[in-house]
Amino acid sequence: MFKKNCFKKGLWFIGCCTISIMSCHNDSKPCRNQRGKLPILGNKDITNQGDTIYPTIRPFTFTNQQGEAVTNQTFQDKIYVIDFFFTSCPTICPKVTAQMLRVYEQFKDNSKVLLLSHTIDPKRDTPAYLRNYANKLGIMDAQKWHFVTGEKDSLYAIANDYFSIAKEDPNAPGGFDHSGRLILVDKARHVRSFCDGTKPDEVDCFMRDIENLLKEP
Amino acid sequence: MKYRLIYCIFGIFIVLYACNDNPYKQGKILYSNFCANCHGEKGEGLKNLIPPLLQSDYLEQHRDELPCLIHKGIKGEIEVNGKKYQQEMPAIPKLSFFEITNVLNYIQLNINQSDSKKIFTADEVEQGLKKCE
Repeated sequence: MFKKNCFKKGLWFIGCCTISIMSCHNDSKPCRNQRGKLPILGNKDITNQGDTIYPTIRPFTFTNQQGEAVTNQTFQDKIYVIDFFFTSCPTICPKVTAQMLRVYEQFKDNSKVLLLSHTIDPKRDTPAYLRNYANKLGIMDAQKWHFVTGEKDSLYAIANDYFSIAKEDPNAPGGFDHSGRLILVDKARHVRSFCDGTKPDEVDCFMRDIENLLKEP
Repeated sequence: MKYRLIYCIFGIFIVLYACNDNPYKQGKILYSNFCANCHGEKGEGLKNLIPPLLQSDYLEQHRDELPCLIHKGIKGEIEVNGKKYQQEMPAIPKLSFFEITNVLNYIQLNINQSDSKKIFTADEVEQGLKKCE
């Protein structure tokens, strides 16, 4: 009888401890793509001949922080990570930029990986403004991380290709609405992975996806 | 039966003890809603773009201006720990003096890690806010 009682108490004690530990401990979620080939994202089309056509990023021409043209050619034979931001952004941009900086630090010596940040406020964010912003982040090499501006409509349109959001919205803080996603694009201009750039643990997974994509021929 | 209750109460205390690491609950929530996106969860700032709040001499030197600074935002150059920053800080006019007090104290104690003698009183913040009108 005594033994049984003690055992029961012990169970209660262990139960309570487990609940208390679990309730405070934030287990990091496992990554979406555990291993294997990254999928090509987006709805595919199948032609009459039976070929599968995956969505690709449309041709673009923007201007970077050095005043140089940045086009699809700039990213030929490279994989690249993009985001949308604006320099006067009062909300999530600095948080996302801090995560872009992590990606930059991780892959700065790998010439196969480039970064591309699009402003969604081209009126204010001239190349000079963007250069100033980049320099303050410690990015002196515009060939590695392009901060670009351009025609407002083309900037907003290309956000669709990246499955991101960029638009003017007078009700949003700072006057623009945009998502904080980071998006990974392969050599064939297909979107292969994305993450929420405000969540460092998602970015951890995202960086593993970049490593993974680098292994593809 | 009696023991069960005792163990459960004990368990609840463990939960409270383990989770409750910060007395400034409202300050913490306000900080993560209004400050952390730019200044960082730990107040580390962002390179030369956004100044740190962690061990920041600015908080000490401009103590009296801090309530107004949150209420009205700032434009123009400031110097923090010997570095110059130009990024504009947006105003947060919807915070009450009480909320500003809580967030300032959270910043002082948990982010800036200064000693507890330097906490703001609600009166002090209310007076500070009158000066900026």
